[in-house]
Amino acid sequence: MSDNTLSYVRADMLGAEPPPISNKSVAGWLQTNLLATPKDVVLTIIALAVLAFTLPGIINWLFIQASWVGSDRSVCATIAQGGIQPDGWKGACWAFVQDRFQQFIFGRYPIDERWRVILVGLMLIVLLVPLLIPKLPHKTINAVLLFVVFPIVAFVLLRGGDFVGLQRVDTPLWGGMMVTLILSFVGIAVSFPFGILLALGRRSNMPIVKMFCVIFIEVIRGVPLVMVLFMANVMLPLFLPVGWTIDNFLRAVVGVALFASAYMAEVIRGGLQAIPKGQAEGADSLGLSYWQKTRLIILPQAIKVVIPGIVNTFIGLFKDTSLVSIIGMFDLLNIIRLNFADTTWITPMTPLTGLVFAGFVFWIFCFGMSRYSAFMERHLDTGHKR
Amino acid sequence: MKKTLLSAAIGAAVLGISSAASAATLDDVKAKGFVQCGVNTGLAGFAQPDASGAWKGFDVDYCRAVAAAIFGDADKVKYTPTTAQSRFTALQSGEVDILARNTTWTISRDTALGFNFRYVNYYDGQGFMVPKSLNVKSALELSGAAVCVQSGTTTELNLADYFRTNNLQYNPVVFEKLEEVNAAYQAGRCDVYTTDQSGLYATRLALSNPDEHVILPEIISKEPLAPAVRQGDDKWLDVVTWVGYALVQAEEFGITSANVDEMKNSTNPDIKRFLGTEADTKIGTDLGLTNEWAYNVVKGVGNYGEVFERNIGQGSPLKIARGLNALWSKGGLQFAPPVR
Repeated sequence: MSDNTLSYVRADMLGAEPPPISNKSVAGWLQTNLLATPKDVVLTIIALAVLAFTLPGIINWLFIQASWVGSDRSVCATIAQGGIQPDGWKGACWAFVQDRFQQFIFGRYPIDERWRVILVGLMLIVLLVPLLIPKLPHKTINAVLLFVVFPIVAFVLLRGGDFVGLQRVDTPLWGGMMVTLILSFVGIAVSFPFGILLALGRRSNMPIVKMFCVIFIEVIRGVPLVMVLFMANVMLPLFLPVGWTIDNFLRAVVGVALFASAYMAEVIRGGLQAIPKGQAEGADSLGLSYWQKTRLIILPQAIKVVIPGIVNTFIGLFKDTSLVSIIGMFDLLNIIRLNFADTTWITPMTPLTGLVFAGFVFWIFCFGMSRYSAFMERHLDTGHKR
Repeated sequence: MKKTLLSAAIGAAVLGISSAASAATLDDVKAKGFVQCGVNTGLAGFAQPDASGAWKGFDVDYCRAVAAAIFGDADKVKYTPTTAQSRFTALQSGEVDILARNTTWTISRDTALGFNFRYVNYYDGQGFMVPKSLNVKSALELSGAAVCVQSGTTTELNLADYFRTNNLQYNPVVFEKLEEVNAAYQAGRCDVYTTDQSGLYATRLALSNPDEHVILPEIISKEPLAPAVRQGDDKWLDVVTWVGYALVQAEEFGITSANVDEMKNSTNPDIKRFLGTEADTKIGTDLGLTNEWAYNVVKGVGNYGEVFERNIGQGSPLKIARGLNALWSKGGLQFAPPVR
């Protein structure tokens, strides 16, 4: 046994270093994130100054000065404008939103029949939520119920008619949030499968299929949605025999769905291009047929790659539904704008409040979609991260 | 035959088939049981859904009056909101039976577009609004002004004509949407705001300091707003026209929705003819309606004055004065030919 105490080797463990200052305290966080360099200091001061100038005004307008209850314009108008607020008053007119809230959701759908819309909404939630949660079973049945059975039931319920014993509610009475959601739902539900088929068709070796897909995609992508809707509304009636009309709402639904399909096709084609050829060759060598290969090997990988692009298209589609105002339909944004000219509520603050509200509702939906797509990306991430 | 098959094939493929718009609109309307009325997509006081979603307004009441005359029930109307671009197609294609959408009666619309107008339900004209602080008393003092105007309207053209004829300089500040025009005027980006006078009143309500703005006396254009129907259906035009005249005539007689039942006992032969209580009268049936038609109109919506005051006059926030739309006997232009 030798006494090998090497003087240059420590006998005891080193004490723990203090954590880096950036993880330690609020001050540390501030220092690394806001005050690290002189440039950061300047930028932080500017940002704080901007906030200090705008935030109190915004909060004041949105909440403190805001007018919350009332039944007509007087609660949102100053004395000079014929109201009850003191002169110089500026605040959000939430009383307007509250008074017209039902209309914003249901449009001009008859009041006694609105339970039908609510029922359809509940059905949508009950079918959609389980489909969105990956852990839950029975996805196939769920999807068939949501995308095949539900639209038929929803249409019958919403439109009614003598054969189901419900009062008939024609589509010109539909409006508000309800129209926005229906258009978006149909657009999303139709454009996804159609987009896949078009993308596959465009990469197909069959010349006619390929030509058809290329022409469809390029024509639809080459014209603005506004023009498609406008043509459907203004030109179509002139070509049809006198007295025949196609329901305005149907025109909008078809226009939006075709449009979204063309965009979706190109997004999905991007995903297909990204899959290495070896994958297809591997599938071929296993003796899989074209559809087996596509369904089992290619598409699952391709779609995963383009989730951000797909969701981007969905979000764009959701907001594009506002364009149906061109054919005299009132989606959420337009039913709100319609009320700006209402003599019961016309004040300088009404349009501002209405637009803030519309923006908030649109944001909620789009942010929700965006968060869900981020979740799906993480969930499906099986080793392609770079 | 081929055409019938084609129509049937298309019909099977579409939803919401309206009955064929033939030359006999009145018969079609009676058969389907309601009047399909084209209205504005939203114009203060003229056509606007209320909180429960029911359409209200001056033009809407006109549609209701037509329904009352035909069916004795003012609620038998369905509305099609039409934009400035889609309104004429909607009427031409038979999507609507009447277009009551603050549409100016012009010769080209009457002839080239193939419509008929006869009864003017609102005499409008383009006017100017300026801030009081400018101290302007007349539009002729507006040389060099920046003028806020909505693009693509007759308003824009009238404006150019007016300033050119009077050798005045101006800078047009053009926007596509009415809200944008309002916001620009409010923010002081222009000195003058121009649109139809009825619109100026609505705009004033949306200003933060309405009392600091005046509407100038000059009216630079004639805008007779009239309901339109398709050309070539005189019987329908007669119905639509005389419903309008019945509203005016009722006001002249002093018949209101409140006293119309009492008035049925009147001994005045004119009123008896009008309300269909005179024996052997054929006025209503000759129109293709019942003899109670005028009674139903007044009972359903009131007389012209009531409709006016309720929607755009003193009974509404707009508070538009009768002006040109007063009865002819009170210095206005509303004049109904005799009902006899």
